[in-house]
Formats: sequence, C-alpha cells, structure tokens
Amino acid sequence: MDVQPVFLWTDVLLFGLMACIGLAAWRARRSEPMRAAWRRVGESAVGMASLTVLLLFLVVGLLDSLHYRPYLPPAPDAQVTNGRGPVSTEVRSALDALAEPLRTRVEKTYSAPLAYALFAKQTIEKADGTQQRAFPRLKFGGAGLQYPEEDHAGDVLGRIGLGLALAAGAWCVLAGCLVQGVAMSRMVPFGAAWRAVWRGKGGLAWRAVLVTLGLVFLFAGPVAVLAGEYHVFGTDKVGQDVLFLTLKSIRTALVIGTLTTLVTLPVAVVLGIMAGYLGGWVDDLIQYVYTVLNSIPGVLLIAAAVLMMQVVIDTHPQWFETAAERADARLLALCLILGMTSWTGLCRLLRGETLKLRELEYVQAARAFGVSTARILSRHVLPNLMHLVLIALVMDFSGLVLAEAVLSYVGIGVDPGTVSFGTMINAARMELAREPMVWWSLMAAFLFMFVLVLAANLFADAVRDAFDPRAS
Amino acid sequence: MFAYIVRRLLYAPLILLGVNLLTFALFFVVNTPEDMARMQLGAKRVTPEAIERWKVERGYDKPLLFNGAASGAASLTDTIFFDKSLRMFAFDFGRADDGRDIATEIRTRMAFDFGRADDGRDIATEIRTRMGPSLAIAVPTFILGLFVTVSFALLLVFFRGSYLDFQGVVLCVAMMSISGLFYIIGGQWLVSKVWHLVPISGYGGGLDASRFLVLPVLIGVIAGIGGSARWYRTIFLEEAGKDYVRTARAKGLSELQALFRHVLKNGMIPILTGVVVVIPSLFMGSLISESFFGIPGLGSYTIDAINAQDFPVVRAMVFIGSLLYIVGLILTDLSYTLVDPRVRLD
Repeated sequence: MDVQPVFLWTDVLLFGLMACIGLAAWRARRSEPMRAAWRRVGESAVGMASLTVLLLFLVVGLLDSLHYRPYLPPAPDAQVTNGRGPVSTEVRSALDALAEPLRTRVEKTYSAPLAYALFAKQTIEKADGTQQRAFPRLKFGGAGLQYPEEDHAGDVLGRIGLGLALAAGAWCVLAGCLVQGVAMSRMVPFGAAWRAVWRGKGGLAWRAVLVTLGLVFLFAGPVAVLAGEYHVFGTDKVGQDVLFLTLKSIRTALVIGTLTTLVTLPVAVVLGIMAGYLGGWVDDLIQYVYTVLNSIPGVLLIAAAVLMMQVVIDTHPQWFETAAERADARLLALCLILGMTSWTGLCRLLRGETLKLRELEYVQAARAFGVSTARILSRHVLPNLMHLVLIALVMDFSGLVLAEAVLSYVGIGVDPGTVSFGTMINAARMELAREPMVWWSLMAAFLFMFVLVLAANLFADAVRDAFDPRAS
Repeated sequence: MFAYIVRRLLYAPLILLGVNLLTFALFFVVNTPEDMARMQLGAKRVTPEAIERWKVERGYDKPLLFNGAASGAASLTDTIFFDKSLRMFAFDFGRADDGRDIATEIRTRMAFDFGRADDGRDIATEIRTRMGPSLAIAVPTFILGLFVTVSFALLLVFFRGSYLDFQGVVLCVAMMSISGLFYIIGGQWLVSKVWHLVPISGYGGGLDASRFLVLPVLIGVIAGIGGSARWYRTIFLEEAGKDYVRTARAKGLSELQALFRHVLKNGMIPILTGVVVVIPSLFMGSLISESFFGIPGLGSYTIDAINAQDFPVVRAMVFIGSLLYIVGLILTDLSYTLVDPRVRLD
C-alpha cells in the first residue's frame, strides 16, 4: 500500500523501549544471575500466564503504534505524476487498517451489544408514507438478517459456535508448534515433550501459557467471528463500535504505563546514585528537590502542570501539523508530568541502596585502587541497583494505568480526541443516568482495564519475587 | 528531641518556599499572564485593552520577580511572585521593621490570605466552609478503613499457608486491579439505583448528612482494602516469623493471643507510621469521590477549580496540600518515637 509513514513521538519511544528490552535480554543471557532470575520468573505459572496476557496487549498496542497517513485520491482535474493526490491529514495506524470494518461501520447512535436495531425508538417513515415509532434497524449490525426477530438468536449462536471451533483449531495448531519447539530443544520425542509440558515438569511453565492462550482464544474467537456482522460490545453515542474503541485504548494505557517511568528513569537513577554516593551538599540539594516535589499532593501537581501545558499547546497551534500530533504531544507531556511526581520514590530508594553499597568492601577496594568515581558508579554501583529499577518499572505500570483513567475523568488526562479507558469512562458517565441504562461501553472499558492491570500486577509480583534478594 | 522538632519546623518554610517557587514557575513563567488572559477571555474578545484590564483586575499587571520601577524593598514586594505566592505564607516576618508586632502580624496572616478566586469569591472563606464536609467523609473512611484492613490482614495471617490465605491474597490482588472509578460507579448503581437504600448523591446539614455519607464511606473503605490488606499481611507475616513470637507460642500462648499481643502490636509500628503522614491531608478530602457524590467539600472544590481553570484556587490548594504534607511528615517522625521506644530522634 502506498502511504506516508508518520512517526509520532510516543511511537518512537515505544519502539525504542522494545529495542532496549531486546538489548537488555541479549545482555542478560550472558550474565548468570540475571538468567537465573528470569528463569525463576519463567518457572512461575502466574508469571508466565500474566506475561502471555501482557504480550497480547502489547501486540495490539504496537500495531496501533505504526502510524501512517494515506494519500487521498487525486482531484479529477489535477496534474498528477504518480497517480496519487495530496496526503490526508488523518493519521491512521496499522490496527486501524486491520480493523477497517470496525472503524468504518459507524451507526447513528447507541446500540446494545449484538443488537440489530438501535437502542432508542425513532420515528421511521414507511414505504407507504405513514410514520411509525419503532427501533430502526442498524446500518451494519445484523444487516444480513432477513427476518431478524426469528433469525437473530440462531445466527448469533451459530457464529459463537464457529468462533469456538476456529479458536479450538487455532489453539491446537499453536500448542502443537509450542510443544514441537520444546521437543526439539530438549531432543525428546513429541509425545514425551507433551507429557512433560502438561505435567508442568522442568523448564518453563508452558502449561500456564497454553491454558491462558486457550482462555483468551475462547473469548477472542467468538468475538472475532461475531465482529464480522455485529457490534460485539455495542456502539457509543456517535455510533462508533465500542470494541474498536477498547482496542484503541490499549495503546494509550501501554504508553502511559511504560513511558512515564521510562522518561524519568534517567533522572531518578542519576540523582539517586549521586545523592547516595557523593553525599554532602549534593545529597542535601537532591533531597530538598524531591521533598519539595513529594510534598505537593500528586493530583494537584499534575493538575497544575497539565493546565499549564494545555495553555502552551493551545497558544502554539503552529507546532503541530495534524490533530494526531497534537494529541500525541499531550500524551507525552502527560507521561512527563506523571513521571515528575513519581520519580521521587525510586530516587529515594536508589539513594538508600547506594548509601549501603558505597560502604561495601568491593567498592571501598575499588576506591583504594584509585578507580575513578564515574567508573565505580557505572561498574560497581549501577549494576547492583538494576534489580530495583526493574522492579520499579513493572510495579509502577498498573498504578499508572489506573491513574490515567482517574485523571481523564477529572479532565486533566489525555487529549479528548485520544481514545483511552479514561475518556471512555468519562463519556459513559452520562449514559448511566439514562433510562434504560447504557452500560456496555463502561463495562467494556472496565473489563479490558481490569484484565490488563491484573496481569500487570501479577507479573510485577512474579518479577519482584524473582529479583528481590530479600523476598525469598 | 525538642531540637529535632525545631529543626524540622525550620526546614518546613524552606520546603514551602520551594513549593511556591515551583507553582510560581508553572503558573507565571511557563505561561505569561498574557497567555492566560487570552485563554480566559476567549478568542473573540482579545484586544490589548481587554487583556490589560483582565490583568489589572486580578493583580497580574506587575513584574514577575523584580520591580525595577519601585524603590527599596518594594522592588521585590511589588511583584507577582510576592503578591501571589509569598502572601500565602503565614511566616512572613519581614514587615516587623515598620514597628508592628510580629505576633499580631502572624495572627492576622494565620488567616492565610489566599486572595480571591477568579470569580471574586474569597478562597479562605470557601476553604473554611468546605472543610467540614470533607472531614465528615474522610475521617470515617480513614478510621473504618484502617480497622477493616488490619482485621482482614490479621485474619489472613491467622490462616497463613492455608487455602483460605491463598484465596484472600488472590482476592486482594483482584480488588487492587479494579479501577477506583468502578467501585464508585458500581456502588452508586447497586445501592442507590437498584436497592434504593440511600440517595445517589448530595449533602445535607447536621444528622441528615449521615444519609449521604454512608455510601461514599463504604465505597472508600472497600476500594482501599485490596492494596493495604496485602501490604499489612506481609508486615504481619514478617513479624509472625520472628523469634519472640515463637517464644511466645512456646511458653504456651495460644495462636490468637500471640497474634494480638505480639504480632499486632509490633506490626502496627510500620503501619501506624505509614498512615500518620496522610492524617493531616484528610482535610483535603477525596477528589474523586466528593465530585461523584456531590459532596461540597474541598475535593470537589478543587475539581471544579481545575475544570473551570481557576488558577488561584489550584495554587492555594497546592499550598495547603504541601503544608499539610509537611505537618504529616513531622507527625510521622514523632509517632516513631511514641510507638517505638528504640527510635531516638536527634
């Protein structure tokens, strides 16, 4: 497809983060303690199951981070050389392209999950000119049904059945590949490998992965098949498919959860180590800075900073070429602001740990040998702090995802144009007061957020148990 | 210890000054008063005169940090920084030179002159009237929440290692993975809309208020259980594995007695010192639940100010919040010495 790629700041950072993780994993392979710690994560069933779920979310999020701008069809009278018109101002992502039907099949307004008619009665003009109050049929949801009253239930059940069958097939193929991989790496026959995996014997907790994948497929299979004909989670006020909105929210949550810690990590690490190792007035100054930041109630500091950032963005419209770029700048700024309030905890932790480390014999020996401070810090202190940094990175994730929802509710979160769990919940506030209640977009947002946060919490626990020397 | 407290108290203004400098930088340097005027006035009515009038009305028509036009001390005091940031301090000893009594000055300043909100109402009065409802919801939530979570954690520790303990921890993790907004929205829907037990939101004076308070307090307690109970459980577990608890059991104490007499007492040290820091901040109220339940406290006041982009109110709340936090820190240090005789402050 002929498109112009767009690199938003958060995309670049997100893929940069992936590259960093890849690099760290490659380096960790060579260090025995790191390998042992990661093996402990891999052996924990909860850790592997939650990691599987997180990776699935990550795939959706990364797909949604490949942005591009399509070319518009050329104007009829324009002189074109390569058969394409001007580039569109609308920024789309790979996920948009994959879920094209979900994005484009927009109804008039609310419709319930799997419905074939709108949620509220409207006046319809009939063929013979008379008017009638009725639930109008949806433009797309269940449009293939000839007699919806009779066929609807059967059609839905049939699709669920088909979805389950497809899910079972896909799962079998995937499980086969996985077990074959295990069999080849251990040089045992397929049957033996299957029994070993299924009994959870030795090696990584593949059984947990398979069970988790099975559960996810059982859910995703029917949803995927149903989504071809219906709006599985209904539609929102302007008729957008809620399932599509929830999928789009995942990227926002991932960006907030990971980039926030990432962008402020250098500050926390450098200042924490400096305060702990150098002591004296440097320590006093750094402690003063983080006490000041800490003493301002988090939400208020974020609110103040976001309000100010909003003014900056509003008064400089010329900085941003498209609406997506502006929303992205705001998302990144929100990450920075959230990070501003959250780096202090890690900084204090690292300072305390450095204070302990600098008194240890090997650091003192290095100092006695005349090794430079910079070298001591990078060779002897920093590597021994990395487990704390890693634990902080995974522990903060779930809190940040939850915080985003609250901040967007308060009106100081992401750009109103950015789809996120927070904006979905915020939009759903009024819907609950309706009679009968519109509950689906709220439920969908909460459900996806719950699964994401739960997986993140469980994974963080597994990582902490494996890396924290005091935990065992 | 007295010297320590004095030193901490002297450190407090320094931190508050830092907070003020930071908020000042955020509100006046990142965006000039012109920017704010332009945004508040809206695109249509922006003329140089209108901006100037807006600034004069709100006292933003002065230089930021240094007033070259004024002479002597006024060159520093007749500025936005002094007027809008430093005036919030109670500890303004500078004026004593003109012969006025410092104590009177402090007493009048103790009234915390926060200036006026953009709609012209006095912020200090507003804060005083809104403190009551905030406390009425925050204090019961705090006390009840502490009681419930400590009991739940103790229960888990009593059944430690069993299936019940495992289930309890799973429940905790699941509960802390649910968004706080869900508890509020779900609670309002179930209790008020389906069961019609209490009003969905609002506030009344006197005893009538309790009707409106039951649900927010209940939801506040439930929403807090997950995270805290799991944390308290690890604290109690660590304590329960120590030698003195084994000795207590060996000398014939029952498990319950050992838990309540030894584990609870010693486990409360880190818990108490952890929660003391939030006690002063209870005044600030809970932002989210107050706005959901329509309780006219400081939390909803702050939210309204944020939504209306009423900067003076946000600034004042930042100042009070940090002041309360610093008080909380000092109280935390004191509580260490009170509950743990091993700790000496000096």
